[in-house]
Amino acid sequence: MNYYTTLHGKHFNFRDLRTLMARASPQRAADELAGLAAGSEVERAVAQRVLAEVPLKTFIEEPLIAPEHDEVSRLILDQHDAAAFGPIAALTVGEFRDWLLADSSDLSALAAGLTPEMVAAVSKIMRNQDLIAVARRCRIVTRFRDTIGLPGRLSTRLQPNHPTDDPRGIAASILDGLLYGSGDAVIGINPATDNLDNVHTLLNLLDEIITRHEIPTQSCVLSHITTSMELMRRGAPVDLVFQSIAGTEAANRSFGIDLAVLREAKAMAESLGRGSHHLMYFETGQGSALSANAHHGVDAQTCEARAYAVAREFSPLLVNTVVGFIGPEYLYDGKQIIRAGLEDHFCGKLLGLPMGCDICYTNHAEADQNDMDNLLTLLGVAGCSYIMGIPGADDIMLAYQSTSFHDALYLRQVLGLRPAPEFEAWLDRMGIFNGRNSLADGRAATPLLSHFSGLSGA
Amino acid sequence: MNDPWNTLRQFTQARIAQGRAGCSLPTSALLDFQLAHAATRDAVHQPWAIDRFAKAVEMLGLEALILATPITSRVQYLLRPDLGRCLDEASRQRLKSRTAEAIDVALIISNGLSSTAVDSHGLALLEAIVDTYQRSGLRLGPVCLAPDGRVALSDEIGALLNARLAVIIVGERPGLSAADSLGIYLTYAPRIGNTDAERNCISNIRPPDGLPYQAAAAKLAYLIHEALQRGFSGVRLKDDMPKQLLG
Repeated sequence: MNYYTTLHGKHFNFRDLRTLMARASPQRAADELAGLAAGSEVERAVAQRVLAEVPLKTFIEEPLIAPEHDEVSRLILDQHDAAAFGPIAALTVGEFRDWLLADSSDLSALAAGLTPEMVAAVSKIMRNQDLIAVARRCRIVTRFRDTIGLPGRLSTRLQPNHPTDDPRGIAASILDGLLYGSGDAVIGINPATDNLDNVHTLLNLLDEIITRHEIPTQSCVLSHITTSMELMRRGAPVDLVFQSIAGTEAANRSFGIDLAVLREAKAMAESLGRGSHHLMYFETGQGSALSANAHHGVDAQTCEARAYAVAREFSPLLVNTVVGFIGPEYLYDGKQIIRAGLEDHFCGKLLGLPMGCDICYTNHAEADQNDMDNLLTLLGVAGCSYIMGIPGADDIMLAYQSTSFHDALYLRQVLGLRPAPEFEAWLDRMGIFNGRNSLADGRAATPLLSHFSGLSGA
Repeated sequence: MNDPWNTLRQFTQARIAQGRAGCSLPTSALLDFQLAHAATRDAVHQPWAIDRFAKAVEMLGLEALILATPITSRVQYLLRPDLGRCLDEASRQRLKSRTAEAIDVALIISNGLSSTAVDSHGLALLEAIVDTYQRSGLRLGPVCLAPDGRVALSDEIGALLNARLAVIIVGERPGLSAADSLGIYLTYAPRIGNTDAERNCISNIRPPDGLPYQAAAAKLAYLIHEALQRGFSGVRLKDDMPKQLLG
């Protein structure tokens, strides 16, 4: 269907719904690279007006990517719950924004009635403060060995990467992170190589540390899902199964996955009996579908929201938008990264996901640590479930900057946020925290430091 | 406030045991970070002295072939990944006009996001790789040098050279602690349109802190052997190489 309007005698025409969505998107390099962005600021503002008039039900009637060509589109339609959609079924996108902001209740029940496209559409006509205010009211709680996403809590993924996967180097970063109160969402290593022996060694290392020190957290080695599956067959201690996912079938295929393999992996993890229900860890990021030339003319942010439909099918413990990792050809500068981080967190939460954010940038982007401070603070206010904890915010294996152990302490201090309750109790018990949500003065005397298991041998 | 576990820094370059001022970094650690970021930003924009590199390749007794993408500036390279994935017309014609003698491996080197990386490690890694090829009797084409290339550039070059496999050595994006890291990507049956799921990657090649040249070359030889045996590369080709073979 064609969308059009006239403003001051000038005619604006948008060929179809996905074109309208792209033109209405706040400016970003990815859409410009794809040739989808608005040609002028006025065209963008006009597109937002036209988009605001679109009834929400149009997104069910006019799929942006044809279901017969894309299993993610089929999944989105299958997931849609007409009863949950009921309260907003008669609204337009613009009215939906007003409805979200006027209401003050918990929004969790709405998730099943929403599709990624509806959520992406409304985000395009929301200011940053709207994205924060609404996301804050979505409480998504998940559980493995501890509980993530409770009100007033902020968790961290401890990310102890090393350029050659040296077990002692990784253990040293883990110990440092634990001594700074980090690691309650997951201790998650990005391996430098997907070599099966290597990943198995790292899984054993994490399992031993968590078991020996009775740390209420879970482990993950972020290898390709088929590597994790092979290692589960070989008896490796896999807590969380990781995979990068995207919002179209073709983009997922470029990652070497489809929905069937995700299902198979989850079933394998269930059969291990290590956790009860939340066994998956997914990462996403705007621009991945375009990067794989698999975006079907859909803008980067909408493709990203579609990835959340994939994620929620598998009840993940954690979902993480790695927002600035992809580079300046997709998100050019700090302003675009901050906007994208807030959009992703909002869309993920509204769709019912335990959203965290890797607040990050690469060295070829026009961004710096001040931009990360800004996004960190904004996401803290928005109720982000977890952030990354990396020594000094400098990932020496992946060569990008994120947030540090110190950054998490800062956010907890200024906003009064605490770690997951089980993990906080452990920090107090180990003498790392002082019982008042702060580092203990005498924490160097903690038995964790003198008896740490990962450093003894290699 | 200092952290008494700073001896752990012997195990990793990571910024551990930095101490703290309240919840924040102590001033010295903060300023160290700022300086590292500044130096890295400069490194991203450094161009590649490709002629000098080509001469050095020829000194090794190898044929060096300088190719180009349509990229005209470093800034354009950063913003137009699509242009970094293809050859310019002159380079395309040049490869087409070569006698199409089938080869096993097309080898491409690009500075990618770090000219420092190819200048520091490119030649030594190339030597180690060529050494393994010669021992296994693989037919190697010219060493193709292409500035400002992306990984998928190896698809077009590999296809035009009629190669069974394409291997591209590329400068990885600079990090704060390492601006000189190389990556290798291997693609079986290279052709335009290959996806990343069809590639295998070896990253963080930057001795002494990252992977050594011989280990990278041995890993590549293993992956090439497996890819040729099985007729595919990528996520289905699992790296099950025993650690001790890395040397």
